[in-house]
Amino acid sequence: MLGMWTFLITEVLFFGGMFGAYAVYRNMYPGAFASTSRYMDVVLGGTNTAVLICSSLTMVLAVRAAQLSKRKDLILFLILTMIFGSAFLGVKAFEYHSKWVEHLVPGFGFQYEHAPEYLHPAQLLFFLYFCMTGMHAIHMIVGLGLLTYLLVQAVRNQYNEYYFAPVEMIGLYWHFVDVVWIFLFPLLYLIGQRH
Amino acid sequence: MLDLALNLPLHSALNVPLILADLPLFPPAASAQAGPIDELYWFEVIVSAIMTVLIFAAVAFFAWKYRRRPGVRAVQIEGSTGLELTWSILPFLVMLVMFWWGAKLYYAAQNPPLDAAEVFVTGKQWMWKIQYADGTREINTLHVALNQPVKLTMASEDVIHSFSIPAFRVRHDVVPGTYDSLWFTPTKVGRYHIFCTEYCGNQHAQMGGWVEVLDERAYANWASGGGGEGSLSEQGQKLFAQNGCSTCHLLDQQGRCPILRGLYNKPVQLRDGSTVMANDAYLRESILDANAKIVSGFDADVMPNFKGQLSEENVIQLIAYIKSLSPATPATQQGSQQPAVVVAPRARAAGAAAQPQQ
Amino acid sequence: MATEETHYLNATHGWKSWLLTTDHKRIAMLYLISITLMFFVGGTMAVLFRINLLQPEGIFSAETYNRLFSMHGIVMVFFFLVPSIPATLANFLIPIMIGAKDLAFPRINLLSWYIYIIGAVFAMFAIIRGGVDTGWTFYAPYSSTYSNSYVLTAAMGVFIAGFSSILTGLNFIVTVHKMRAPGMTWSRLPLFVWANYATGLIQVLGTPVLAITVLLLAFERIAHVGIFDPNIGGDPILFQHLFWFYSHPAVYIMILPGMGVISEIVACFSRKRPFGYNFIAFSSMGIAVLSFVVWGHHMFVTGEAMYTSVAFSFLSFMVAVPSAIKVFNWTATMYKGSVSFDTPMLYAFGFIGLFTIGGLTGLFLAALATDVATHGTYFIVAHFHYVMVGGMVMAFLGGLHFWWPKITGRMYPEAWSKFACMIIFIGFNLTFFPQFILGYLGMPRRYHAYPPEFQALNVLSTAGASILGIGYLIPMIYFAWSIKFGPKASANPWNAAGLEWQIASPPTTFNFDETPTVTEEAYDYDGARYYEPMEEVVG
Repeated sequence: MLGMWTFLITEVLFFGGMFGAYAVYRNMYPGAFASTSRYMDVVLGGTNTAVLICSSLTMVLAVRAAQLSKRKDLILFLILTMIFGSAFLGVKAFEYHSKWVEHLVPGFGFQYEHAPEYLHPAQLLFFLYFCMTGMHAIHMIVGLGLLTYLLVQAVRNQYNEYYFAPVEMIGLYWHFVDVVWIFLFPLLYLIGQRH
Repeated sequence: MLDLALNLPLHSALNVPLILADLPLFPPAASAQAGPIDELYWFEVIVSAIMTVLIFAAVAFFAWKYRRRPGVRAVQIEGSTGLELTWSILPFLVMLVMFWWGAKLYYAAQNPPLDAAEVFVTGKQWMWKIQYADGTREINTLHVALNQPVKLTMASEDVIHSFSIPAFRVRHDVVPGTYDSLWFTPTKVGRYHIFCTEYCGNQHAQMGGWVEVLDERAYANWASGGGGEGSLSEQGQKLFAQNGCSTCHLLDQQGRCPILRGLYNKPVQLRDGSTVMANDAYLRESILDANAKIVSGFDADVMPNFKGQLSEENVIQLIAYIKSLSPATPATQQGSQQPAVVVAPRARAAGAAAQPQQ
Repeated sequence: MATEETHYLNATHGWKSWLLTTDHKRIAMLYLISITLMFFVGGTMAVLFRINLLQPEGIFSAETYNRLFSMHGIVMVFFFLVPSIPATLANFLIPIMIGAKDLAFPRINLLSWYIYIIGAVFAMFAIIRGGVDTGWTFYAPYSSTYSNSYVLTAAMGVFIAGFSSILTGLNFIVTVHKMRAPGMTWSRLPLFVWANYATGLIQVLGTPVLAITVLLLAFERIAHVGIFDPNIGGDPILFQHLFWFYSHPAVYIMILPGMGVISEIVACFSRKRPFGYNFIAFSSMGIAVLSFVVWGHHMFVTGEAMYTSVAFSFLSFMVAVPSAIKVFNWTATMYKGSVSFDTPMLYAFGFIGLFTIGGLTGLFLAALATDVATHGTYFIVAHFHYVMVGGMVMAFLGGLHFWWPKITGRMYPEAWSKFACMIIFIGFNLTFFPQFILGYLGMPRRYHAYPPEFQALNVLSTAGASILGIGYLIPMIYFAWSIKFGPKASANPWNAAGLEWQIASPPTTFNFDETPTVTEEAYDYDGARYYEPMEEVVG
């Protein structure tokens, strides 16, 4: 458990570097930032936030089920968590696709017709957007993989009230990924919407 | 290759006695800053030498006095908080002296005197391009007058460089995208190295030069050569017209663009409510990336993008021109307001006047 | 007729038993071989470029020289020094010192070695294909936009190796928290464990920032998004802040374990509990914490705001205090001790002297005005080589000699080892002391050619480097020799205190037959059993 906590602290530092870069550039280019915020769909982002929070709830219930040796409940909640997680990734994929269609992916024909004077800082800010949400999405995909492993093991009846540590640890990881999103969402989507 | 390996040590070893004869061990102190920095340096050397000798001596002494002898036991000593505090606090106090002293000298290095002569340096792979206020240009050589403070304003056209003159004990990184400056007052006539001290690519080691400190007469002699193209601000005026700046930035009435006369070093209110100072860095940014800061009352996306069309040197010339549009006050540094010893206007005017007759 | 005992080296045979091992001692040996190879690679580069510096106009081309010094730095920092003591000596000793059978995560331990190897493969690939020429610091925009060398490959190697470092640190932290034997309280831990625990904290907290920095650099290089490109609004100084946020703590990763080794050696060869045990332990933690708030002292001449510089300067002086405390404590440990001059102790003497000089010259660099006068010159090069080579490498060699009988069950030849120590000490000082002088004279670093008046000092430095190189080769040879032909060592040839000396040399696979219960304080040299005559080396 201590190992997982320590690992999560390293992840905080990892994301922290990106948050730092984001803070620096947002400070340097407030006008461009305000301009790019129109492309952040608050509805989709908000939906994703709700979805992730639900997934954390089902994860907690899964851990509880393991603690109480309730195999069927454990399997159910693991599957629900994975469904929510996949829904999150699906919405994300849709968002990325719409950015792609609007030529807002830096390095791949980035254009910014709506406010050409902000072309360069907007490119920087979109780069950071993709970096941060992309890293987050990668961590979600890894999380889904870990949940799959838990599911297989749960089906094989490996967890009960005497041994549920892996469920707890992976639950912790899942909550962490959720918390990162809780920081990402306001910073990227909410602030600057109405300036 | 093998004969190189065999001859090289021999060759170098033979050189050594010759060079040892005048082996440099300490750099010349040729600026007003050098002396005080050397004082701090020697203080640090002496403190370090004393500490080193103390530790070496203590270790050697204890190793000898308490060497292992049969039948003699070590005495287990847990520690001594008093001793720990002493040898933590006393060295820390000495370090505070070093800190304070260093910070004081560093602070002085950030504040050039108001009458410092301005010289502009552009670093690019792998040379230093020097521009003087009177328009003279040089590559890798800097001429300065004895006892005249000089402020260098530096820009990079590509990667990070670092301009250093060891004899003056000055150094500053030259970072692309911004202006960096350093200042010094030369106090000894002579010729001293300029080095680039931030790795910048293949010929980093070749990116050096010389600073020539000349006494008053010699400097006046050199300066009378003058810049054939006119002073920096005159060159800037030409660029101003050539690039169409005058169509919007009408000098005496408000067009679609902010007035430039009287702008330099005055506060400017921006569209988003904040206020900035119209200094060199602001002017540079406004030329190369106009939409970064929009003045209150004006629109974005009106001024064309000059990035890539104007070099850092061109920008320096334009800024010199814009500065010349501000009234002369002690707070401004203007190309045409240099003290006579730096630019010899009579000699230059004579030279310029002499031209059409030839 | 003595039968061959079973220990971790001969318990199982074959490739698989080594490459799929989870025994921390075997993994430590795998690391030892790997980092020795990398040291050899990095060291050869150093000898080559020092040869180039014999002539003011250089001998090799500028490109070759630039790639040599850059790869030297990358290999030595990321593939030798950062893993050195933690992945070899600490990996081997920490479980034993706390009375455990293995680390908390043995398989992650093995994984970290494989990750290191993959990173090293990337680095070697970059070297073979022609190298990188940005310096180990990879400053943008040169590295992101201008350099046409194998930046991406080298950067990926560093990125991957970083994970090895994180996993090692993570393993140590959890192990020290959770796996201590009954009675092994925090205040009974050997100082070597404290030092590596503090190092683990830095590894875990700092390395991820390097990871993201290198990743951003990689994206910049591939996609030119402009994050560090001033032409499109990026900030090259941001790269430096992110880079040094890791790399300053990294230099403490590259000294703290060495300090832990010295604590152990000085205690054993003075036959005394280290003076001020608590202060030494807490100073390790203090260094770990303070190391994160001083990174700006690498950027005093970049145009940092005045007050930022002043703050970093002050904090940099503060971080010097815990290191000074340690030096004083080691010296005081010898007071009224019973000092012997075995090879490990000679290396400890060398460390104390050279680390003192290196640390004191760090004060020149913490002071703003003298840093401005010496930044980017050979003064800096001399300073960090005094602490990293005169300090850490000496400590590493001292630790290798000290624990060699435990690790291999054999003794090295004493006369040769003392001789090599002397050669290394002389060669080292001859190489690097002239560089202080060169630095204040103004000779910049990373120069393949220089003004002729600097030649004599450069020749001295190169001469020293040749001697130093020979000095390092000698132990490589006799250590290898000793494995087969060295005299067999007993369990406790130094008559030292510590759990590692209570078990066989070499240890069995699971270290202890049963988990020990610790009842004595650490370094209990007053106990009568430490005054029995030192056991003769078993022939």
